[in-house]
Amino acid sequence: MRKFIVKRVLSVIPVLIVVSVVIFLLVHLVPGDPAAAMLGDMASAEDIAALRAKMGLDRPLIEQYFVWIINMFKGDFGNSVANGEPVLSVVISHLMPTVSLALYALIIAALIAIPMGMAAAQKKGTVIDHVVTVCSLAGVSLPSFLLGLFLMLLFSVRLRLFPVSGYTEMSEGLVQHLRSITLPAIALGFMNAALMMRMTRASMLEVLNSDYIKMARAKGVKEKWILGKHAFKNALVTVITVFGQSIVHALAGAAVVESLFAIPGLGQLMVNSIGRRDYYVIQAIVMLIAVFNVLINMLIDILYGVVDPRVRIR
Amino acid sequence: MRDAVLKADLPESFSGGTEQQVDMEQLRKALKKEQRQIRIRKFAKNKASVFGLVVVCLMIILAVGAPVICKYDPLELNTVNRLKSCSAEHWFGTDTMGRDVFARVLYGARISLTVGFSVGISAGVLGMIMGLYASTNKIADNVLMRICDGLKAIPSTLLAITMMTVLKADIKNVIISLIVVNVPSMARIARSQAIVVKEQTYMEAMKGLGAGRSRMLWKHMAPNILSPVIVQVTFVFASSIITEAALSFLGAGVPAPAPSWGNILNEGKGVIYSAWWMVLFPGIFTVLTVLGLNLLGDGIRDFLDPMSS
Repeated sequence: MRKFIVKRVLSVIPVLIVVSVVIFLLVHLVPGDPAAAMLGDMASAEDIAALRAKMGLDRPLIEQYFVWIINMFKGDFGNSVANGEPVLSVVISHLMPTVSLALYALIIAALIAIPMGMAAAQKKGTVIDHVVTVCSLAGVSLPSFLLGLFLMLLFSVRLRLFPVSGYTEMSEGLVQHLRSITLPAIALGFMNAALMMRMTRASMLEVLNSDYIKMARAKGVKEKWILGKHAFKNALVTVITVFGQSIVHALAGAAVVESLFAIPGLGQLMVNSIGRRDYYVIQAIVMLIAVFNVLINMLIDILYGVVDPRVRIR
Repeated sequence: MRDAVLKADLPESFSGGTEQQVDMEQLRKALKKEQRQIRIRKFAKNKASVFGLVVVCLMIILAVGAPVICKYDPLELNTVNRLKSCSAEHWFGTDTMGRDVFARVLYGARISLTVGFSVGISAGVLGMIMGLYASTNKIADNVLMRICDGLKAIPSTLLAITMMTVLKADIKNVIISLIVVNVPSMARIARSQAIVVKEQTYMEAMKGLGAGRSRMLWKHMAPNILSPVIVQVTFVFASSIITEAALSFLGAGVPAPAPSWGNILNEGKGVIYSAWWMVLFPGIFTVLTVLGLNLLGDGIRDFLDPMSS
């Protein structure tokens, strides 16, 4: 087991190196020059040269990369071009709305998807099974920002049940807070719900056809025990995987949904930074989400190994 | 005995005259044709895939025929007719600058389909080349797959947004960044299939006969890894349309006056209280196209690989 964990942890290193190189190159191999792009068309050559020196852009690329990596380990992601604040503190100040939104979306998704997926597996070929199939198809065809717009049209413009956009902090009351992020959470969670539904259904079906379930049925175990205790526990392994991926999906998808609903989270910060050409902020957000993604996948694999001993051997 | 078995499988046109010498080549062709017809019949029976095919064809017709179908220019300003609701004159209403939304949506289909098609095909070809070479060379395999892992670790929308930030916002760069985003998964699929094909007996036989590397790769392996790649191409086609719309919606895609679906939606969002048509119609077109492509992709998978269903 220990060998498995060590091996999995070590395999993260090359991926992280590639990720960092890609993100670094993306910003540094800009046709033209980030300093000129940041200052805009009106900047003089001296201004650009000064900013280049300040940003360290005049040094060799390799050196710049290592300086960037070392600073990152120290928690220094550079300063935002827009207001000169350290990028890390800017990012942290926008973290809460995104985390809150992503968690809410995931909870909604899991609460709907897992029971639906289980029911669809148990009652294969019935109405509920068809509903699940249609939903999972819609999930891949209906992008979150479109669903968000449609929800806005229906619930905010027509029925006036929810605010069309805007964000209320949790400190101003939980109900108000949840109300302000309900539509975005549904928009964000729908695709994840579709994925979870499909995976729950598939893995439940596989488990329900296995010999030990037939054995349990033959013994006369009640159906609800078979489903809830014997089958679900084993189907859960797949569901954990999907849940892990969904966290990353939700964080990444937040970029579009947040700017649609004007929620001041990481996503909106990123989109606003595009307009301001605030490369360091973009770099930091993408890097953090990618690292988070890699680590989550690693944790899931390890968890997989803990739950299912067969995985360790491979 | 062998002849009797062969004849039992023959289509009717071949089974006349017991003494007739059966041409093996012709027989093989006839059987293949028969198999294909069975598959086509099966595809036609699946309502979902036919629906997908119809929707995709319809979108292509609308996009290609846009100049004939539309009475208005998608860029023509008409400030007197701002934000008019749907009417016989303007089927989908007009936008904030009085432009005809119907024309903009149809011309938007051109942009979306162009982006989706170019990204799907290019990512498919590049992914296949990478996958094939990775399957034959251990060092290339390690390098390429680590790069793919790294690229896949960055969520695709974010990677596309980042690339568009540093590149100039135009349709060419949207296509380039979406290709970069989609190649890794394509290469993975091609590689895993190529590894399976490589171990087949006929590949061993080719090796034994002394076939050259590129001949083995392109003449014998490539056609056999094509099916999953083609299926993935349709899904990439669909997801590129979504990502392009999202990029344009965020202002990081095809620049503003161009009638891309994302642009229309972005403008529509600002006037959502007064002009529902600006959100609803481009939205429905986007969803229908993507849905059609996904259904068609499922159908193509069943068609090319009947074992999967």
